[in-house]
Amino acid sequence: MPGPGAVGVFARRHRYHPLEAVPWLVAVAGYFAFPSYLPLGAQILATILFALSADLVLGYAGIVTLGQAAFFGAGAYTAGLLAAHGWGEPISGLLSGAAAAALIGLLSGLVILRTTGLTLLMLTLVVASMLYEAVNKASWLTGGDDGLQGMQVWPIFGWFRFDLFGRTAYCYCLIMLCLCWFATRRLVHSPFGRSLVGIRENILRMHAIGAPVARRRLVVYTISAALAGASGALIAQTTGFVGLTFLGLDRSGTVLIMLIIGGVGRLYGAFIGVPLYMIAQDRFSTIDPVYWYFWIGLLMVLLVVFARGGVLGLAERLQSRLGPRR
Amino acid sequence: MTADFLSAAVNIAFNGLAFAMVLYLISVGLSVTMGLMGFVNLAHGVFAMAGGYLVTSLMKEQGVPFPLALIAAALVVAAVSIPIERLLYRRFYGGDELDQVLLTIGLAFMSVAGATYIWGPLQQPLQLPAWLSGPVDLGFRSFPAYRSFLILSGAGLVTALWLAVERTRFGARVRASVDNLRMAQSVGIDTSRLFMATFALGSGLAGFGGALGADLLAVNPGYALQNLIYFLIVVAVGGLGSIRGPFFAALLLGVADTASKYLVPEFGAFFIYALTLAVLLWRPRGLFGRA
Repeated sequence: MPGPGAVGVFARRHRYHPLEAVPWLVAVAGYFAFPSYLPLGAQILATILFALSADLVLGYAGIVTLGQAAFFGAGAYTAGLLAAHGWGEPISGLLSGAAAAALIGLLSGLVILRTTGLTLLMLTLVVASMLYEAVNKASWLTGGDDGLQGMQVWPIFGWFRFDLFGRTAYCYCLIMLCLCWFATRRLVHSPFGRSLVGIRENILRMHAIGAPVARRRLVVYTISAALAGASGALIAQTTGFVGLTFLGLDRSGTVLIMLIIGGVGRLYGAFIGVPLYMIAQDRFSTIDPVYWYFWIGLLMVLLVVFARGGVLGLAERLQSRLGPRR
Repeated sequence: MTADFLSAAVNIAFNGLAFAMVLYLISVGLSVTMGLMGFVNLAHGVFAMAGGYLVTSLMKEQGVPFPLALIAAALVVAAVSIPIERLLYRRFYGGDELDQVLLTIGLAFMSVAGATYIWGPLQQPLQLPAWLSGPVDLGFRSFPAYRSFLILSGAGLVTALWLAVERTRFGARVRASVDNLRMAQSVGIDTSRLFMATFALGSGLAGFGGALGADLLAVNPGYALQNLIYFLIVVAVGGLGSIRGPFFAALLLGVADTASKYLVPEFGAFFIYALTLAVLLWRPRGLFGRA
């Protein structure tokens, strides 16, 4: 029986808290409450997975990246190409997308993670741009600028057809997100995950106690790439389209923004930031697509200057101010 | 065959050098900001974009001559950068990298919308004066006048910059602070003012580079984000905090970029990125970076 004080806090921190059920209850309620918004809902769920992959590499391993879209796009194009060339089975397509992204993450991580700071940031951007150029120029295969055409995604298990109202897409994304979230949660609370936090907080000390820092960073980078690839594959399969924007700097930048709005390194920031961002975008950007970026940029500046930690950070501060002193 | 080859090589070297000058003028400020203040400024391209917009509008609407417009653009950008540095950037020096990235990406996003609001979504063409629009005959062959002017004025400015860094008291203070910030502070260098001055200088140079290269790097609202990767490559390959390193990196990038667009256009910028990866695999701290 874990006692009070520090020991108790450490012993309890990996247990499930009742609040953790809230996102899933909201997601299930959303299915019944907004039947006409299910396609948007499916996109939100898949994007949460993308933001979760960014949270793993950024919030836990402390690797600042501007190239997460490389893995997202790699997964999307892999799943898309399979579906466009006669293999539309969704689950295996999803796994192939994740595997392709993981492979790119592993290979690029071998180079990128040797560097630090601005150089690392630049190299993540270079890898994404390289992939962008390759896809753009190989238009005989990928459709180039026009995007990939003619995807045929088969029903899941040969039974659940992707319908026009997005019911299947929504449930498919929700189940996949739930599985990935569960695995990620296990990962960050495992000794491996704690050592990542150690590397983020004090890399020299982790070297000194003999942790295999380079290998751990490479492993988490690869896992994060696989999650991003799965997210890209989900979006490709549920929307039936893959384009060059899947690989662009905008995509890497906006996923960071969504994560920051929710809160980094908390595992739930993605569940708050992504819906807020995407619902707001759905409302406002149709009126004013260019100036959308102005307000998003301003919001980022304000968040960094005044509200580090995003919504969850604010909630924590509020709680510690109002709640009983421990 | 050999004459063709030679002419192609001269073309690549000439155009590559012109591109390298623009890249260096824009990026050197970024390298110093990074090395001196430990600040990742992803919005650095905004200063170059502002220079480009200022020079095109000054010439089109006020009829200011090109050289004067260049200097005015550089001065205005330098002046505007000071309040930004004092009010916004200063508090993030040496701090959390993620905060810096988010802050400056946010500013770059705002610049896209801001430029669209003021100048519209279309590219602003640079209307060259008559004395710069033709070719210049150098005896053995002729070169475009605009790019020759670009190379010459860039070379003059780079020489002045290097002399200033090596020979003046200000330059000595900058070098001392890059080498050892705390020691520089303890011998009485006012680093806060030094930061402000170098930041303004770097921004002014970026404004000048953006204005001078307005015909090479198209002036449009997406400028800061589209060209970000080039500026970052120059700084990272050159070595952070170095003044000379980025010059050689810019030269390498400028010539390689021109050559690959000339020889293998079907691959686009792919080779540039591969080259960057290879160089940094070989020397993770850049060509002139210190251990």
